[in-house]
Amino acid sequence: MHVPDGFLDAPTSVATGVVAAAAVGVALRRARTELDDRTAPLAGLVAAFVFAAQMINFPVGAGTSGHLMGGALAAVLVGPWTGLLCVAVVLVVQALFMADGGITALGTNVVLIGVVTALVGYVVFRGLQAVLPRRVGTVAPAAAIAAFVSVPVAALVFSLLFAIGGTAPVDAGKVLTAMLGWHVLIGIGEAVVTGLVVGAVVAVRPDLVRGARPLVAARELEIRTVAA
Amino acid sequence: MSAPAQDRTRVSTRALLVAGLVVALLVAGVASYYASAHPDGLEHVAEQTGFLDTAEDSPTADSPLADYSTKGVDDERLSVGIAGVTGTLVVLVLAGGLALALRRRGPAGAEEDPADERAHAPERA
Repeated sequence: MHVPDGFLDAPTSVATGVVAAAAVGVALRRARTELDDRTAPLAGLVAAFVFAAQMINFPVGAGTSGHLMGGALAAVLVGPWTGLLCVAVVLVVQALFMADGGITALGTNVVLIGVVTALVGYVVFRGLQAVLPRRVGTVAPAAAIAAFVSVPVAALVFSLLFAIGGTAPVDAGKVLTAMLGWHVLIGIGEAVVTGLVVGAVVAVRPDLVRGARPLVAARELEIRTVAA
Repeated sequence: MSAPAQDRTRVSTRALLVAGLVVALLVAGVASYYASAHPDGLEHVAEQTGFLDTAEDSPTADSPLADYSTKGVDDERLSVGIAGVTGTLVVLVLAGGLALALRRRGPAGAEEDPADERAHAPERA
């Protein structure tokens, strides 16, 4: 969903740039509470993995493809604020070195692919955790569903931005319908990748996964009580 | 320094990080060649609804790794592989460096993982 320069007009691009900068500013402060000596290297790895995974476009039919956005994945693994920063770093590198996503559109892309997917993904994930059984085994499925939801929401936000500041005289309703349709399909791929990756890390080191930590801590406390 | 028995079933943080990095490098360096070349969802919608021609070339379109291909490398497989590996490592250094700079330091971090703390604690005299 990398937005190139030119799709959105200057005022809209400036506005999304301001929102992106504000979100990154908040994330820089909040991420401190998520990062310690053990999780900081993992954050670097998560960003590197998201960059790599975004190179893999998978076909979704009718000559169209999609790739992982990674915000929900990063949010569950290293926390929403750190996750947002991870994806923002990926987007900056893509825009500056790979010409993937525009330069004036960088704020738009940080908002859509970083802020929206990380925060929506994390809120949905936490909401699911509140209703699901408190077991480590529910972390990966919850992450997958959160990832699935995050993609059409990002498509919705793009469509709203296009309705406000699209440079072409194209019916906004048509754009919205088409964007939602395709991104529900792409969201399935997002869910599969997110579920598999979170599941793999949870299987070997649940204590390192931000979204699993409350469950792991609870379990450890139980064990200690029995041992004492 | 011997690890506690229960740690034997656990993968060390270092092993997890190395394995994860190897996977990321293989995905970016090798698997990326096989990625679908079809337009992505947004590009497809832009074409379908008629606003694709408002897209402008990025100012960085002439950079050495633009469009995930390495300038001067004719072999397509190698060209995308070099771009992918380079990008992955640049992101790793930038994001990892940022995370290390932002992290909480001191004993608070170690306290959260009693297993690691035990593993690193000096042998009792």
